[in-house]
Amino acid sequence: MSIEFLVATAVGVMSAAGIYLVLRARTFPVVLGLAFMSYAINVFLFASGRVVINQPPIWGKDVTAYSDPLPQALVLTAIVIAFGMTALVVVLALRTYLETGVDQVDGLADPPGQKPPPPEESAVLGPEPAAPPAGEARR
Amino acid sequence: MTHWLVAPVLLPALLAPIMLLFLRRRLMESRVLSIGGCLALLALAVVLVAQADTGVTQTYAMGDWRAPFGIVLVLDRLSALMLLTTAILALAVMIYAVVTGLDRRGWHFHPLFQFQMLGLNGAFLTGDLFNLFVFFEVMLIASYGLMLHGGGGARLKAGVQYVVINLVGSTLFLVAVGLLYGTTGTLNMAHMGERIGQAPVGDHGLILAGGLLMVAVFALKAAIAPLHFWLPRTYASTSAPMAALFAIMTKVGAYCILRFTTVTFGEGAGEMAWAPAPYLLPAALATMLVGFIGVMGARNLRHLAAFSVVGSMGTLVSAISVFTPQSTAAALYYLPHSTFAAAALFLVADQIARRRGEYGDVLSPSPVFVQAGVLSGLFFLTAIAVVGLPPLSGFPGKLLILDAVRDAPGGWWIWGFILGTTVIGLLAFARAGSTLFWKSAATPGEIKAAPAVAPIASALVVAGLLSILALLTLAGGPVSAYLNATGEQIYEAGAYGGAVLAPGEGG
Repeated sequence: MSIEFLVATAVGVMSAAGIYLVLRARTFPVVLGLAFMSYAINVFLFASGRVVINQPPIWGKDVTAYSDPLPQALVLTAIVIAFGMTALVVVLALRTYLETGVDQVDGLADPPGQKPPPPEESAVLGPEPAAPPAGEARR
Repeated sequence: MTHWLVAPVLLPALLAPIMLLFLRRRLMESRVLSIGGCLALLALAVVLVAQADTGVTQTYAMGDWRAPFGIVLVLDRLSALMLLTTAILALAVMIYAVVTGLDRRGWHFHPLFQFQMLGLNGAFLTGDLFNLFVFFEVMLIASYGLMLHGGGGARLKAGVQYVVINLVGSTLFLVAVGLLYGTTGTLNMAHMGERIGQAPVGDHGLILAGGLLMVAVFALKAAIAPLHFWLPRTYASTSAPMAALFAIMTKVGAYCILRFTTVTFGEGAGEMAWAPAPYLLPAALATMLVGFIGVMGARNLRHLAAFSVVGSMGTLVSAISVFTPQSTAAALYYLPHSTFAAAALFLVADQIARRRGEYGDVLSPSPVFVQAGVLSGLFFLTAIAVVGLPPLSGFPGKLLILDAVRDAPGGWWIWGFILGTTVIGLLAFARAGSTLFWKSAATPGEIKAAPAVAPIASALVVAGLLSILALLTLAGGPVSAYLNATGEQIYEAGAYGGAVLAPGEGG
């Protein structure tokens, strides 16, 4: 199995998972989906400089085969931005849920068929799944 | 190489941290600094327009790393025009936000506003695709904060959607950058354009995928159908001054479509030249229709204004999608017009909603509110501008577009859609105005509303925006001359690429 296949499937699986999760109705899967999509894109950006292993960085003029440094710089920037944005969207989703009691991305309340989370339970349950990322953002 | 070119990016980048670090609890000083910053940006923009109007494309190599190795900022007539439009709008919005006390309603309004300016100015100046991504992010992160400023449940709900859709957009932006970098080995837009022309046939598929994906991301920012769904709700639920400021954000998308397509997929791209154009035209026509049908169906003023933004983006992009110097010049006349008209509409809607108490901005008759006479006049003028009737600049704007696209393929479609949607818009605005002012005059009762804050100053801001539209019409000759030169410059082979890649020879 070639390394290209490995990278390509990794990108493919993560993108598929990301797209599926982003299309979910509630905010927490959507946040996870966004994280998956940003992981997929980070790996993809690395691959855009061609997949090479065991190559040195550019450090001398006589080096002919080297790993492309530019995608690494791009990925670094992309990671920083994606990390900050994930923290923001977690805080935003949490605040929206706590202020409006709605956890749907489309902002509509739960249809009467599905049972909405009871108010006193929601205050306890609401922050829990999203709390660790929010804590990370504060650190 | 003059250093003025970097100032529109540098100034807000310095002001924002100063306000954030030293003026956190000092509103008065923040306000002075913020308005001063906006005035300085306006002065800079005027200087840069004057410099650009000499016809020289200036470049500024960051850290003196020459393109294509470093990041360059590029100033030509198009960039200068966008800077000036942004600076005028920012000043008006900032004054309105200060006099109505929006900046009191939460923390960090002024620093966020300056970061927004940083992102906008940077996006208009940069000549590097990844740097464009970074400026887009700066702009968007600031806009998340500004969009949510003032809080409230509806705003938060719309904010979640706005943030999520833009994060997905940013991801796609990176996919497109990765594809283009992987196939061309460069991120400098002008250099990329050269490389695309020489690319082996086997790479064409990937390059096209990257290029079209990139245009799709810009179309998302520009709210082109079918990627417009985020706009009405976002703009209708944020505060009025911010909605007015965001009128320029959609134009960033339109600017990027124009810049990216002409520089990287221009004549130099060989077989792939103008690849995005055939997709843009139908999308733009659909946007126009969706926008004005939305205007017709809107139940309150802010939705009406938001959908009119969508409609005007359709008109704008339909003219851009023809990609000729004349049509681009016409589009660039319509661009500042539609920005200021949309901003004025959001602010008028806010003024009306403030005076109608519990009726808010819902389009239903209410008892007469205070200062209805002045506001009806302002609403009337704004509606004239948005719909595109004489004497304000919407009329010459649409006329120029119609004239420029006459001989283009699909030109008659544009004629049909622009004229048709103008009629729809006319009907919708006539109905809204008569409901708000005439039917209300016949409704007995009294409105309980708090007296409006700073009624004269805020009306003056709207009047100022409208007078710019009048000025656009009155100074139509010189403005058109500048814009025609802009159109020529954009399509002049090697004008942009030559200046970026071989500075000193071209400029």
